[in-house]
Amino acid sequence: MNLLKFLRSRGSAPVARERLQILLSHERKSLGQSDLLATLREEILAVIARHVTLDPDKVEVKMDRGGTVSTLEVDIEIPNSAAAIAAASA
Amino acid sequence: MSKVLVVTSGKGGVGKTTSTAALGAALAEAGQNTVVVDFDVGLRNLDLVLGAERRVVYDLINVVQGVAKLPQALIRDKRIDTLSLLPASQTRDKDALTEDGVARVIAELREKFDWVICDSPAGIERGAILAMRFADTAVIVTNPEVSSVRDSDRIIGMLDSKTEKAQRGERIEKHILITRYDAARAARGEMLKIDDVLEILSIPLLGVIPESQEVLRASNLGSPITLSNKTSAPARAYIAAARKLRGEQATIDMPGSRRLFGKLFGRRAA
Repeated sequence: MNLLKFLRSRGSAPVARERLQILLSHERKSLGQSDLLATLREEILAVIARHVTLDPDKVEVKMDRGGTVSTLEVDIEIPNSAAAIAAASA
Repeated sequence: MSKVLVVTSGKGGVGKTTSTAALGAALAEAGQNTVVVDFDVGLRNLDLVLGAERRVVYDLINVVQGVAKLPQALIRDKRIDTLSLLPASQTRDKDALTEDGVARVIAELREKFDWVICDSPAGIERGAILAMRFADTAVIVTNPEVSSVRDSDRIIGMLDSKTEKAQRGERIEKHILITRYDAARAARGEMLKIDDVLEILSIPLLGVIPESQEVLRASNLGSPITLSNKTSAPARAYIAAARKLRGEQATIDMPGSRRLFGKLFGRRAA
């Protein structure tokens, strides 16, 4: 019990420091990622839109960060009429 | 060449306005032509901290909107004639500030002054972005406390992405100013140490302002602490920080270490 009391008396600052380090490493990553995703989404959309008409709301760009490999998932819904027009003109 | 400096923090109540007034007065007293600009539209307080609250006629928004000319809105300090204030509006809402308008005012101030110090409002909204938008240098005011450090980290990210300088691909110069530091509590492990804050934020240190009753006394009197009590510990720290901003090799006074040295070697260490 005395040992526990001694350890606790070392202060709360080390706890604050550790919590901040964990939190900020996470927040920095996710904030940076949202910027990258927005840019990717915009540019991918621009390229596809040059060839087929599409609904910007039906474009989904997702990124999963893994330890060794990250994946980028792009899901674009193209209306049938637009795909047909593109095929006809090709 | 003139320099535009933003004093920012994200979190409110950490000492942005106090630090703006103290640094501005210290630079002005060193002979630099200095203007402090209050960007906290609707909640202006820099006028009060400088003791100029009864002399406000026109404000930043009047100048932005062309209602008043810049010289009409500038208030020259009665104690140091190299220090001027451009107050914020107390009545308008913050949307009255436009980016073009602020750009024009800052450009005009650059021609008249060596230092343009922008006192940012708290938060990460429009007012805070406009305060930092045209800055060359940023002072991030941080208390050794978790929420303040987290918000500082957020503001550092915004300085690197939202300022004009960053968007041109240049680096915006950033400094940390730790305020309300209590060396005794840090030594007991009750407060984040200076090194902890610097390691987490990885930005160079401009100065450490010790927690002191003198800071409240100065704001009660409406006088920047670097004028009202020049020899007090916080004033000395602000004066050294101002010297460092000018590019001089000023040693940073670490509260606590001084006390220890003082004990060991007598007063010579000071």
